[in-house]
Amino acid sequence: MMNELSVLVGGQAGDGIRQAGVIISKLLNSFGYRIFMYYDYPSLIRGGHNFSIVRASKEKIQASRDYVDIILALNQETIDKHRRKLTKDGFIIFDSDTAKAEGIGVPATKIIKEIKGLPIMRGMTLIGALARSIGIDEKYFENIIKRSVPAKIELNIKVAKEGYARSRNILKLENLDQKPMPLLFGNEALALGAVKAGLDIYIAYPMTPSSSILHYLAAYARDFKIAVVHPENEIAVITMAIGAAYSGARAMVGTSGGGFALMTESLSLAAMSETPIVIVVSQRPGPSTGVPTYTMQGDLHFILNAGHGEFIRFVVAPGDAEEAFYYTAEALNIAWKYQIPSLVLLDKHLSESLYSFDEEVVGKVKVEESLLWDGKGEYKRYLITESGISPLAFPGTHNAIIKATSYEHDEYGITIEESERIKEMTEKRLRKYNLLKEEVEKMESVKVFDRGSQEAVITWGSTKGVCEEVTGNLGITLVQPIVLEPLPKKIRTVLKDVKKRIIVEVNATGQLRRLLENNGIKIHYTILKYDGRPFEVEELEEKIKEVL
Amino acid sequence: MASLNTYAVNTWCPGCGNFAILRAIKAVLQSFEKEGESLNKFVMITGIGCHGKIADYVNINSFYTIHGRVTSTATGIKLGNPELKVIGFAGDGDAYGEGLAHLIFAAKRNIDITMIIHNNRVYGLTTGQFTPTSPFGFKGKSTPFGSLEKPFNPLELMFSAGATFIARGYSTALNNLIYIIKEAIKHKGFALVDVLQPCFTFFNTYSYYNQRVYELKDHDPSSREEALKRIKEWDYDSDSKIPIGIFYKEEKPTFDDLILSGIIPVKRKRNINIKEILRKTI
Repeated sequence: MMNELSVLVGGQAGDGIRQAGVIISKLLNSFGYRIFMYYDYPSLIRGGHNFSIVRASKEKIQASRDYVDIILALNQETIDKHRRKLTKDGFIIFDSDTAKAEGIGVPATKIIKEIKGLPIMRGMTLIGALARSIGIDEKYFENIIKRSVPAKIELNIKVAKEGYARSRNILKLENLDQKPMPLLFGNEALALGAVKAGLDIYIAYPMTPSSSILHYLAAYARDFKIAVVHPENEIAVITMAIGAAYSGARAMVGTSGGGFALMTESLSLAAMSETPIVIVVSQRPGPSTGVPTYTMQGDLHFILNAGHGEFIRFVVAPGDAEEAFYYTAEALNIAWKYQIPSLVLLDKHLSESLYSFDEEVVGKVKVEESLLWDGKGEYKRYLITESGISPLAFPGTHNAIIKATSYEHDEYGITIEESERIKEMTEKRLRKYNLLKEEVEKMESVKVFDRGSQEAVITWGSTKGVCEEVTGNLGITLVQPIVLEPLPKKIRTVLKDVKKRIIVEVNATGQLRRLLENNGIKIHYTILKYDGRPFEVEELEEKIKEVL
Repeated sequence: MASLNTYAVNTWCPGCGNFAILRAIKAVLQSFEKEGESLNKFVMITGIGCHGKIADYVNINSFYTIHGRVTSTATGIKLGNPELKVIGFAGDGDAYGEGLAHLIFAAKRNIDITMIIHNNRVYGLTTGQFTPTSPFGFKGKSTPFGSLEKPFNPLELMFSAGATFIARGYSTALNNLIYIIKEAIKHKGFALVDVLQPCFTFFNTYSYYNQRVYELKDHDPSSREEALKRIKEWDYDSDSKIPIGIFYKEEKPTFDDLILSGIIPVKRKRNINIKEILRKTI
């Protein structure tokens, strides 16, 4: 009996390794396990080496371990590369037509040929073999396959049963008697959060690792009755979104660092014209093209400082699927309340990992209304107010002429260059910061996993997943700032009595460290990783122990 | 009838061809209003350059966007609220230089917007450099010994890209310009109006155009062959005759209709139930 299991499935690009990981995840999910799936793939379409690691556990987990219990190998490379990760009692299930190993060999290639399956179904034979090896009943297994494969269900079942028949039972997976949870990739959770907060239009140009937001929303566009557009480049993306927002539609765009670089001129346009906009940036290793399909938290300062001129922005970095859902919704609401750009910072690890998703968060999100014009008197798009927020009206409104502009302007939106007017408009825009800061203090802008220790780990974004587990194991406090601009005052309060502050982040220069130190918060130790891979549990635990 | 004037002081040079475009758009808006259209539904988008100031001079909805992004901003406005009449105003540097990709793609996808190009064939606000439609050998501040690039013919480019309404006007032929702009706005689909508009200060082409410009007569704008023949009559470089008028017009499904399929993003209900979708992921 076991109540935690890690399964690695590997092969070439084109072998359906991601999908195999999802099916294994659903299988284990149905037994009440909490799931985390890491997906590792190079930037190519055929060949190379892809693998998914599905980790299933009784407790909610959001990171991979250093080892795996079972390897499903579609080729020899998978075995050669990952055998060292196998636990003492671990075993290998492999396509005996393409690889040699000890363990459960299944002639997957031959099976596919004989029953005229598709080459991509080889993985399904190994999943069949896996099901038997962990003691899952054949009928039950068949039902899960039915629910999990997107197409050619009968053929998939046939193939899986062939694998099942050639396998043997090795261990018995415990049924945890917990309700299975929805499984979402980080990008999917983010997309749903935006929709829940009233997203009307999503515009994006494909760029890994943000593209699956575009794919997901495009697939659901008709169900949600939203518009999803893929234009000629990122400059078109952001300016179209700004146009749509001016017309009154809640717009969001998504990209990665390079695409965001192209958008920065228009980030300033959004700020000057006070057009609400949400920009999602999923980071990958740079500079430049960098390593497109791997992970990095290297764009924090770029996001915090992008754009010419001085203006306010809201920056949030969720750390898991529920946070991606919730804080993207917050970003959308904040953008519309303050008429400012909101930036949501993810990375490949969060965007493209699969999480057990706690539905409770769904009820916490609602569409918050913007400050709208009351229809009285003459409409002034940039009315000077105490809060700095001018009431919104949209084209088509009776008796309102809405003049938005990139130029410095007067209250009506007419270009001005007089010194006094420049000063008052600059101050009006910046004044919104006061209310925004207050609102951030009221939000759960910093998460604290208080374990009463004198030491604390401080991390951000997807690295929270591994840190939560490791600090739990070690009994030390974890602090996770989620809102990074305006930087919550709370961060100071929670760190005040901490004697040893340890930063953990996935980049080469310690960007959160720099942000905190610039704000007068001293950091004692920095643990960094910058090889494109996220931290694994045991690896990070060792590193933290070294500095405790 | 509401006044279309604003209190902004007009700062175009005396003799600027932009005045005619300003008069034309006001006349067109007034005629729409007379026909019962509400001007609330009209939005003008302008870029950066002398042309852009027109946003300050007309008292209707406007978005004075950044250089080169008139077409994409206008596209976004139309997609957000397809019930709006969306009219972009851009200079030749703006639309044919900095933002050419957006213009080509707008034509390709036949988004229902109108683009009016203030084509003076010189950068005015930056005080005189060559543009994509300046003649070969143009002596500007960045090309003191003459530009080394032949101009492209923007109408031919738009024709290849799939524009469904292509016209050229001349600022001095005001009535013709009013007619063309109104037809362009009425056209359902992507409309491009290239307006020859002399820059009195940096590239005074009045007498050049006055000698060569003629109005199209007996032209069939539904014929692709005829349209292309007329479009190619003048290549923006040689000294041939210059036809003005509507070269090409065809009805085709618009991008906004196709992609929105009846949804009006600004009016859709925002209460989406996602529980059903979550259930499917288990």
